Amino acid sequence: MLYRTAGQFKTSYAADHALFPVRQDAILLGVVLVFAFVVFPLTASEFAFRALLIPVLIYALAALGLNILTGYAGQLSLGTGAFMGVGAYACYKLITLFPEMNIVVAIALSGFFSASVGALFGLPSLRIKGFYLAIATLAAQFFLVWLFQKWAWLYNYSASGAIHVPNISMFGITVAGPRAAAITQYYFVLGIVCVVTFFAINITRGRVGRMWKAVRDMDIAAELVGINLMRAKLTAFFVSSYIVGISGALFVFLWRGAAEANLFDIPLSFRVLFIAIIGGLGSILGNYLGAILIVALPVIISGVPAMLGIRVASATVEHLNVMIIGALIITFLIVEPHGLARFWAVIREKLILWPFPH
Amino acid sequence: MNQRPDHMMLTARDDGIAKGDVLLEARNISLAFGGVKALTEISLNILKGEIRAIIGPNGAGKTSMLNVINGFYTPQQGSIVFRGRERRAMKPHHAVGQGIARTFQNVALFKGMSTLDNIMAGRSVMMKRHIGWQMLWHGPALKEEIAHREKVEEIIDFLEIQHIRHTPVGKLPYGLQKRVELGRALAMEPSLLLLDEPMAGMNLEEKEDMSRFIIDVNQQRGTTIALIEHDMGVVMDLSDRVAVLDYGKKIADGTPDAVKNDQGVIDAYLGVPR
Repeated sequence: MLYRTAGQFKTSYAADHALFPVRQDAILLGVVLVFAFVVFPLTASEFAFRALLIPVLIYALAALGLNILTGYAGQLSLGTGAFMGVGAYACYKLITLFPEMNIVVAIALSGFFSASVGALFGLPSLRIKGFYLAIATLAAQFFLVWLFQKWAWLYNYSASGAIHVPNISMFGITVAGPRAAAITQYYFVLGIVCVVTFFAINITRGRVGRMWKAVRDMDIAAELVGINLMRAKLTAFFVSSYIVGISGALFVFLWRGAAEANLFDIPLSFRVLFIAIIGGLGSILGNYLGAILIVALPVIISGVPAMLGIRVASATVEHLNVMIIGALIITFLIVEPHGLARFWAVIREKLILWPFPH
Repeated sequence: MNQRPDHMMLTARDDGIAKGDVLLEARNISLAFGGVKALTEISLNILKGEIRAIIGPNGAGKTSMLNVINGFYTPQQGSIVFRGRERRAMKPHHAVGQGIARTFQNVALFKGMSTLDNIMAGRSVMMKRHIGWQMLWHGPALKEEIAHREKVEEIIDFLEIQHIRHTPVGKLPYGLQKRVELGRALAMEPSLLLLDEPMAGMNLEEKEDMSRFIIDVNQQRGTTIALIEHDMGVVMDLSDRVAVLDYGKKIADGTPDAVKNDQGVIDAYLGVPR
């Protein structure tokens, strides 16, 4: 009853191309944004910021980057973690070499480093595809993590081999480093994530997005409608790695505070890939849903026994957690192999007709 | 079907070639895959404004011929002259730039995309706004998108597929998929349209519809068409000239009537009419 499209007529193509052709979607997004910008900051605790909200946003951004490559352009990649690392190390070098540089500029620039590296490792995609390409990107993963360990210049020759985020302020407010307040960092991340998501939506629904999807669905036909495959694939690698790089910079600067090379190892790549797959390949919304499931749910579940006043050993909680999340993932994938985003799409279709079945 | 719109703004691009002159000429094309000779010294031309059919038994090299014409295969011997320019090797996306579009024997649509997006994808080459504008969406990118959308809507009107505009093509029945594929080819505003078995696997009604579309494209838009088809009734009715291939060689070429009565063609392909 609430979700009706009847009576919403479109009188121009511009209206049909609007971000939300259905009015209720716009209202729903408005509600979500109010929660994100007003309600959460007012109510969340320091713990909620650091363990739930910030990581969900950052992981969603990383998954968004991967989704552009895998979900939209159809190129499988297992190098996400390493590309995040490139972004993080590039940002670290920029900040330490040019301390007066604005952090937003540094993060935006560091994306270009990972984008270039991504496009470079995307070159094999011109000849190979599918699982073989995945193996080729795996080479990037191993090579880059090795480079992060061995190239001491990257971590400024620190004895531990780790990078530590200094205190960085912007307009007099500390946004990164040990002294930064969680709420500032949250707003900072949220702002960047919103802007990047907005850009990503526009790219994926326009000409470039159509080219990517054409390459994904049938590359021979794409070539014969005049799409330059090389260009389409390399732009996909570039844009994807750019977003992944930014998320890597945020990952270290706004969340972890410090990082070693092995943080960007293959488990991180898999984690981001899981988020993208469970959320839904070829969807923007899916990345957020996937990140909430993979990142936030474990934290919430492990807090449940304490809330109920049941005393359970923390090791048991951890084990239960893994089991519950694993079972949920399998269930979701059986019920809806196309991910949580498709789940939502089906609900929408049903809601439009509800309460009449046909 | 009698109220067909004839106000099409989309016409074949002006390529400076008068109707009836040679638009494309294949000279002595030979193509081999290892030891298999797919095409042997085939010469044929396509005149501006005509419907040209290529027929022959399975494996005769018809599709290979189309693939040579649009640059997907490079022949070992011979050359293609299109719009007065000679070439041997070229990338398919350049062929599109020059005005050659095609459809496929087995539907080759982008299955995950809607009908509208599929046809819009056909106009990718003509859309120029770079990724910076695309990111912002509003402004020049939106203007370009809408300008092309209007052209695409004309094609959708023309092919009578308004009702499936937003449906993912993977969910459409076969006949409609074929129609969408024709739409995608038309969106490229080709001067030469290659149709590889546009009516394969269709029922009579769908064949009639498709024939109607092909004739309309040819007559209203002046698009030159080369088609491969196995339905002889359709081929003989539609086409102006027919080339017959057998085992990679051209065995006959001429008007439908001449080809129909050619003894070589009857032996190789058509059989004896009852």
